[in-house]
Amino acid sequence: MPPLLKIRNIVIEGQTGENWEPIVKGLDLTLHKGEILGLIGESGAGKSTLGLAAMCYTRPGCRIASGSIVFDGQELFGMPESQLRNLRGARIAYVAQSAAANFNPAHRLIRQYAEGPVQHGLMTTVEAEANAVAIYEQLLLPDPENIGYRFPHQVSGGQLQRAMVAMAMSCRPDIIIFDEPTTALDVTTQIEVLAAIREITARYDTAAIYITHDLAVVAQIADRIMVLRNGDLVEENDARKMLAHPQQSYTRDLLAVRSFAKKALDADSEVILDVADVTASYNGQDNVLEDISLQVRRGRTVALVGESGSGKSTLARVITGLLPPSSGSIVFQGEELPPAMKSRRREELRRLQMIYQMPDTALNPRQKIRMIIGRPLQFYFGLSAQEQEQRTLELLAQIELPEEYIDRYPTELSGGEKQRVCIARALAARPALIICDEVTSALDQLVAEGILRLLLDLQRKLDVSYLFITHDLATVKAIADEIVVMRDGRIVEQGPRNEILTPPHHDYTDLLLSSVPQMDPDWLDNLLAEREAA
Amino acid sequence: MTSGLNLLLSAPLSARLGMLMVLLVLLAAIFAPVIAPYGETQIAGDVWLSGSAQHLLGTDNLGRDLFTRLLFGARNTIAIAFLITALSFLMGTLLGFLAATVSGWTDQLLSRIIDILMAFPTLIFALMILSVVGTSIPALVVVIALLDSTRVFRLSRAVAMDIEVMEFVEAARLRGEGLWWLMRHEILPNAMPPLVAEFGLRFCFVFLFIAALSFLGLGIQPPTADWGSMVRENAGAITFGIYTPLWPATAIAFLTVGVNLVVDWFLHLASGLED
Repeated sequence: MPPLLKIRNIVIEGQTGENWEPIVKGLDLTLHKGEILGLIGESGAGKSTLGLAAMCYTRPGCRIASGSIVFDGQELFGMPESQLRNLRGARIAYVAQSAAANFNPAHRLIRQYAEGPVQHGLMTTVEAEANAVAIYEQLLLPDPENIGYRFPHQVSGGQLQRAMVAMAMSCRPDIIIFDEPTTALDVTTQIEVLAAIREITARYDTAAIYITHDLAVVAQIADRIMVLRNGDLVEENDARKMLAHPQQSYTRDLLAVRSFAKKALDADSEVILDVADVTASYNGQDNVLEDISLQVRRGRTVALVGESGSGKSTLARVITGLLPPSSGSIVFQGEELPPAMKSRRREELRRLQMIYQMPDTALNPRQKIRMIIGRPLQFYFGLSAQEQEQRTLELLAQIELPEEYIDRYPTELSGGEKQRVCIARALAARPALIICDEVTSALDQLVAEGILRLLLDLQRKLDVSYLFITHDLATVKAIADEIVVMRDGRIVEQGPRNEILTPPHHDYTDLLLSSVPQMDPDWLDNLLAEREAA
Repeated sequence: MTSGLNLLLSAPLSARLGMLMVLLVLLAAIFAPVIAPYGETQIAGDVWLSGSAQHLLGTDNLGRDLFTRLLFGARNTIAIAFLITALSFLMGTLLGFLAATVSGWTDQLLSRIIDILMAFPTLIFALMILSVVGTSIPALVVVIALLDSTRVFRLSRAVAMDIEVMEFVEAARLRGEGLWWLMRHEILPNAMPPLVAEFGLRFCFVFLFIAALSFLGLGIQPPTADWGSMVRENAGAITFGIYTPLWPATAIAFLTVGVNLVVDWFLHLASGLED
């Protein structure tokens, strides 16, 4: 039987200024009916571009330069746009990363579901809506009869992503392209979506291209995996074979990600941050944080773990004084901090620094690195321009960036380099405690690992403490000395890392821990069977 | 500033044309005393003569040389319009940034005052104040700048609010930086593109506004030459089929189109930066 989709020697170019640069450099891709192919790589690998090319589509500013895309015996490359439109959505569908950004917020879910089949003349609106209910049921959405009549903001993130999968399924396509469908979700909801995708593609024998940067996720879904890097193929193999015997060193690096763990430190150091019985709210009524008590010791890392909406970032805002608590106290290095940031002294502000999730928005795009790192030196220590430059160069060396970066703007740096600059800016103040808010979640895995190693290294040298906010339990294992698990604004469990990570766990901690995908192709099956049994 | 120069060189044809037009008017304004064949208020011939070798564009309603008055008019009109725009931007952005950065009651108070000012039609408001305080040039500058700053306030407040929520501003706040640093170093550089584009647009409006006021007799007072009042003084001639008032009107159109061509390019650049 001929393959359903055969892409041969495809070159896709992107426009930078006047020039066209290749993004995908002559790749081949073959997909058989009912097969799931995983495309994996870091940002810039060309995986999304290649995925979209399967329906002969490119993002604005890109073009397919040469190659051949044969779908079900027809050559798509060079086919008129009107004919391509008949295929897209009907026979080849697409599921985007952020369902929240891709649903029209002004229309009900079911109307958006029906749009495709009605447009392609496959069903009437009534048929399509009846059909939607059946698919919603198969995807295990709650209340399938009525959920379609809700607006996108009225359902949860995981449900919305499943509604999007349902929408892609509406015309019963031969191929669905999934572009990082679970990346923006919490680990616990990720499982629902993964299970739903697997169930529905198996039921209708749909072929799929599954694009992700997470090898552990793709291991659960894919029959075959292609590893891409900078628009080139690194390795292609059967999923199980690749996980068992990766051939290339790059694949081995991806597999080994987060395999390091911080050594447990036994000797207790003094407590530098003592948060006691803190309660806070945004409107004065509904508490977002309730009775939070935690301690951070000198030179240690406390990881604050929880799903989105658990109040971890709010706690950071309370500690920094951006959101004064309604009750409770924060004692920092033996002195009680004033609740509001505005009434804190410069010296108190200096010792408590913060690093943000998105390095793009955390650095002023109109300031050079010289000023970004130099300003805290001038502000806190009154250093002269010359002293600032010298110290900035020292800091650049500490974060392992070359000296000439001092005269660059943030936009000239990569994501990981920007995050390093954010670290240097925090270090410039010689803080006792740095609050790290999801500092690695916007980065590629290998880059993130570099940042984590740097943070650990700096901690060893400078004896600085971290309050590390994250939803990623793999990160926690790598860097934490103590773990605080939060849910709905309360602390569920807290204690030394090894105690929290070894059973018996609290129920919620157990749910979080068991939901982290493992590099084991049978992990999802086993987990679902286990949860079924329980 | 090599990047600035490169930017100028990469300008599209329309923007270059606009720059050329503005430059031409600026040169005329600067070198008016050198180029002009007669004095600004000198009566040089008969009334409403048509163009000839002595009087390139003819003479006006009092027999003054029109070409000479156009050159001197460029000086007054452009200098005053520039002064007004600069002053209105100074007040508008300062207060707008302040409202966005401090927020709370300061923002409420400033915004409501601006609302009240904006509720009056500007021309009527300007007429009212100018007829009370008298029509001196300083009064003209202050009144129009004040009225114009309301719109600048609105824009700069909105732009600053977008920037204010960015984490680098929060980082600067957490460092303990004062208001001035936040406004000057964190917000202003990022708000520049839309503000520069707006500056060009507002310059044109001010310029037309002065022309309108002069036309109504409350702008720049005779015998000082300015393009708006030149149209007014000579408006009667058109009923006799004499072209005289069309020349200053053309000058106004010329500068307005030139400035707008440049501004269009700025707007394009500004929107490109936001991508």
